[in-house]
Amino acid sequence: MEKGAKIETKGLNFFYGPKRALKDVSIVCPEKKVTAIIGPSGCGKSTFIRTLNRMNDVLASARVEGKVLLDGLDIYAPGTDVVELRRRVGMVFQKPNPFPKTIYDNIAYGLRINGFKHGRRAMDEIVERSLRRAALWDEVKDRLKDHAYDLSGGQQQRLCIARALAVEPEVILFDEPCSAIDPVATAKIEDLIEEMKKLYTVIIVTHNMQQAARVSDFTAFMMLGELVEFDKTEKVFTNPANKLTEDYVTGRFG
Amino acid sequence: MKRRNIVQFTGFFFLRACVLVVLAVLVLFLYDIAKKGGGVISWEFLTQAPRKGMTAGGIFPAIMGTFLVTLVTAVLAIPLGMCAAIYLNEYARQTRLTRTIRLSIRNLSGVPSIVYGLFGVILFVNVLKLGTSILSAGLTLGLLTLPWTITASEEALKTVPNSYREGALALGATKWQSIRTNVLPYAIPGMLTGTVLGLARAAGETAPIMFTGAAFFLPYLPRSIKDQFMALPYHLYIMSTQHHAIETVRPLAYGTALVLIALVLGLNTFAVVVRYRLRKKRRS
Repeated sequence: MEKGAKIETKGLNFFYGPKRALKDVSIVCPEKKVTAIIGPSGCGKSTFIRTLNRMNDVLASARVEGKVLLDGLDIYAPGTDVVELRRRVGMVFQKPNPFPKTIYDNIAYGLRINGFKHGRRAMDEIVERSLRRAALWDEVKDRLKDHAYDLSGGQQQRLCIARALAVEPEVILFDEPCSAIDPVATAKIEDLIEEMKKLYTVIIVTHNMQQAARVSDFTAFMMLGELVEFDKTEKVFTNPANKLTEDYVTGRFG
Repeated sequence: MKRRNIVQFTGFFFLRACVLVVLAVLVLFLYDIAKKGGGVISWEFLTQAPRKGMTAGGIFPAIMGTFLVTLVTAVLAIPLGMCAAIYLNEYARQTRLTRTIRLSIRNLSGVPSIVYGLFGVILFVNVLKLGTSILSAGLTLGLLTLPWTITASEEALKTVPNSYREGALALGATKWQSIRTNVLPYAIPGMLTGTVLGLARAAGETAPIMFTGAAFFLPYLPRSIKDQFMALPYHLYIMSTQHHAIETVRPLAYGTALVLIALVLGLNTFAVVVRYRLRKKRRS
């Protein structure tokens, strides 16, 4: 394991039935850094990020080969506690998906299902801290009992981030978190990601190259299920090693 | 007027006419029964047993019988149907086997009710020796209702967006936790509605109960679940086709029909109100 690697994949292959969606992807996501995964639609970037917390397990025809190491341990090894894995590796989805509950209950949900038993006051504190970290506290502190659906799209997405933070994850996966929200809200979430890497390892899938360039430390460029290039973001965008990467980041296709 | 506007006008006219025809049939039907049966409805009719060879008196035993048998049906069909639906929709992998099972369930809902009746006689009355009783009839109706309950419950589960399930799983919920806390609360109004509609249908069935427990006439109310019983639909069938003085009892038959329809409509309305209430509570 490379020093400082939080998540590492080794020869990762993923199959939907007979279709091979990921081909020998090997990548190292360093701790407390932001790693962006970019590439054209259908290149496997969403599939990839969903293998990192085993969200693809739900699919009947899915099959994984190769290794995904979290702190050096293979999360696909037999006997892995998938539930605990998903608590450690949180996820924010493409479309904001708050639960149809109050703002407070949305944040508390993850704690409650994990058997939180430290009382109301401790819960209040965690809710506040999570909302603060998601830069949402000031907007909602007076209406925690409001229904989450009353928030705007951007606020809902930050609520989902706060919800993910509440269970104290180590890694946070973002699957195109800004594709369903407006530019102003997007800017807020980008600032937030910038801030979050002090505490968490962040991996973000995005179809927006500027976003990858703005928020990430490392960038992986994928095409047709293969990892084309993986390097420091600055290098990928200014001096890519691969011609395909260059064509993509300069907007020649994609 | 432009041609396409005329086309639209005539199109909507026909669609509207179709709705009106359907409505008219229903209204006419209800009016006819209410007119011919309304006269006999009284407190005595609802609370007394039939007298004088069923040419006088009320239908209380039949009301009670239908109520009790529907209760047995509910006890079987609600938990079994909901659990089967949860399993099929949430846990079972979508393989050829589960598809076959689902198709079989759909097909079962098309099996004529008399077939259920005969099956009930063989299984519950003869093989399991439960006798011709409330229990046998209720279980038979339960089987009849199950496909409806399962299908309706599964549809209700399908309306819960996948993002609720994924969101919960991504926070470290187990599959059961995600279903219990983030799927069922939103599916249960729909599941209940479908189930109660199924029960209403069962309450009005005649064929499945006539061999399995319904009695022509009983001078007493059923004393246990192993007793025979009188039931509204079967009573109606007798009053309108099997009675020795059909002309005399005709108003009583219409009265029985009216009570039965009111009961079924009542159950349906109840289901709709429950769904509305629960939905409003969830999303205010």
